[in-house]
Amino acid sequence: MFDTLKMKLTQKNQFIPDIKNAAMRSQFRGLPELDNSKCKNCNACANICPTGAISTNPLKIDLGKCTFCGACERICKNNCSGAIHFSNYYKLGADKLEKLVVLDGTTPEDYHKKAIEVRKEIYSIYNRSIKFRQVSAGGCNSCEMELNACSNANFDMGRFGIDFVASPRHADGIVVTGPITKNMAYALEDCYKSTPEPRIVILCGACAISGGVYQEASEINREFLQKYKVDLYIPGCPVHPLTFINAVLDFIRKK
Amino acid sequence: MNYIAIKNNQRINISDIPTVEFNSLKEQLAISNLRPLAFFGSDWGDKIKLYTALADDEKGEILVSSALIDKNLKEYDSITKENHQYHMFEREFYEQFGILPKGHPWLKPVRKNLDSYEFFKMEGEQTHQVAVGPIHAGVIEPGHFRFMCSGEKVYNLEIMLGYQHRGVEDLMVKKPSNQLAESICGDSTIAYNMAYSQVMESLGESVISTKAKLIRRIALEMERIAIHIGDMGAILGDIAYLMGKEVYAVTRTLVINTMLEISGSRFGKGLITVGGVNFDIDEKMSDKIISMLSQVKDTVNKMTKAALKSSTVMSRLEKTGVVSKDTALELNLVGMIGRSCGIELDSRFDFCDEFYKDLEKKPFKATNDAYSRFSIRYREVKDSIRFVKKLLKKMEERRADALYLEPKKFIPDSFALSIVEGWRGEVVHIATTDGEGKLSRYKIKDPSFNNWFGLAMAVRNNGVSDFPLCNKGFDLSYCGFDL
Repeated sequence: MFDTLKMKLTQKNQFIPDIKNAAMRSQFRGLPELDNSKCKNCNACANICPTGAISTNPLKIDLGKCTFCGACERICKNNCSGAIHFSNYYKLGADKLEKLVVLDGTTPEDYHKKAIEVRKEIYSIYNRSIKFRQVSAGGCNSCEMELNACSNANFDMGRFGIDFVASPRHADGIVVTGPITKNMAYALEDCYKSTPEPRIVILCGACAISGGVYQEASEINREFLQKYKVDLYIPGCPVHPLTFINAVLDFIRKK
Repeated sequence: MNYIAIKNNQRINISDIPTVEFNSLKEQLAISNLRPLAFFGSDWGDKIKLYTALADDEKGEILVSSALIDKNLKEYDSITKENHQYHMFEREFYEQFGILPKGHPWLKPVRKNLDSYEFFKMEGEQTHQVAVGPIHAGVIEPGHFRFMCSGEKVYNLEIMLGYQHRGVEDLMVKKPSNQLAESICGDSTIAYNMAYSQVMESLGESVISTKAKLIRRIALEMERIAIHIGDMGAILGDIAYLMGKEVYAVTRTLVINTMLEISGSRFGKGLITVGGVNFDIDEKMSDKIISMLSQVKDTVNKMTKAALKSSTVMSRLEKTGVVSKDTALELNLVGMIGRSCGIELDSRFDFCDEFYKDLEKKPFKATNDAYSRFSIRYREVKDSIRFVKKLLKKMEERRADALYLEPKKFIPDSFALSIVEGWRGEVVHIATTDGEGKLSRYKIKDPSFNNWFGLAMAVRNNGVSDFPLCNKGFDLSYCGFDL
């Protein structure tokens, strides 16, 4: 037992004190910054994009589809003009699909300011605690691993009252990952209906938001999203824990 | 047996693969003592071409053979009756092509979701069923588990998967991309993307630079280190040894954050591409990796020693979920789980390339239980840290190499196979091209395809409450199986 306790001494404080302003490594591919004036409309970026997230004239990137692979940035820099650059800005969550589209000259501040609207009915109920049931509906396990990482000693999401719970009956909402397979469609809806009202729906990752690389897959059934309202979209492939936690905090708290 | 022997990552013409009469191929497969790597069909005009691949681990060769089957064939005599290693392969073939393997002991869908699904039943006084899933208590992927119990003791576990089935193999033919390969099984991002890229390169006989090969292997070993450390924490978390859980979790963070510094993604997404790699490891990064790994090794050593000294940890790990070596051999368990049962299979060394040739693994003494599955991870973390350091050393002479070389076009009517030892075990990707040089079939076999049945055997005669511990020890892939 003493050896176990001694381990505690080898570990300094591991948690990130200020999660809202945590420093992100510069190599991280987060919010893209676009410069339309440099764009020559060569369409090389749109052609190389595996998910069809980019359109040119004017240059736009849909974060709901983007896998943040960086292929467009590379091809633009090498073959064209360098109009696309991925910044390391990680607060990417938004409450409407339209807001996920990044336009020419969108700065991180602009994006973040508009992305999540403060709603009284949300913060008055969930301000101090929100519990989620996570449903993996075809997710590749990278978003799931990152969501698990949200609760580890580094990110420690529990201190904000955000947690994942085992039963939908104990949850305030569901977090969906994956493109929603035909085989999971029923279980997902069942889980949603088992969650007491009012209930929140969060889509996590490119697959959940748009189908991502699985948009054209044959065994996908996304009817759930037509039937029920989605409250929050969190882009990423996979979603970084800081992206997830900050999006939920922006959603449940007054700014 | 009539076959063509190929090496890992080798392209052959489809016409060079001998076409054997179906019944004689079946007979040979049934009595062969080599383990199957593939058994899958592909559309061939009005016929079905059945490809089979056997692994000769001692010689480092893959024996490929094929047969033409009439589409109107209704049924054939099952191979599984004689050779249990074909159990899942035949079920999959039946699901995809509808030809019934007569006499198959437990013919059920692999990925299709039926309205009614028959489970193996046990009846009697005080017996009961426990049904879990598809949605589980934690943040994990979906699957259904059905336990047949008497009291607390599990007599049989049946695992029903397919919830994650997205149609990857068809999509791969339609729209292949590195990004799709990375998203098939996200916890093995590097292994999958590497196998995919190698198959694509083999189909065109493209070459990539030595530096790119080295970076791929460094990333592969780093992925192994990260996931193994995370899993060691998860195993300890399931037996409520929370210090271990948290310390391993934050140690894993060090590894994946270094991966982020290399590639811009904590899982290494975007690192590997067909034709090479997208990101370099320069001297500065190389030093960073080495110092990070020394720190990781130090913490893991201390934590593991402290954990294994604790009697409460040992009493839960030892003798829990035993899979005997005979059972493991019969079921063809592969990869890290196979090694924890005493089967010395490791495709890095069995199908050796120039880089792993002079790396050495230390022998592992398997005890076949949950402790074995914990300590094999510890051993492999230490091995991999050593490998990464050696591979980084080799990088020094290769600084001037190109990262990316333009890949060549696919050669028509080709067959290529690539095996990559991911952290779970062998990830097998196979692709064929048609007469115009377009992809015509893409087949993936995850190590979980072999190993799920091993988990079912491990929980027999254990308490229901030991299931999470066994499950974490195996840590199999749902999406890699379901595709």
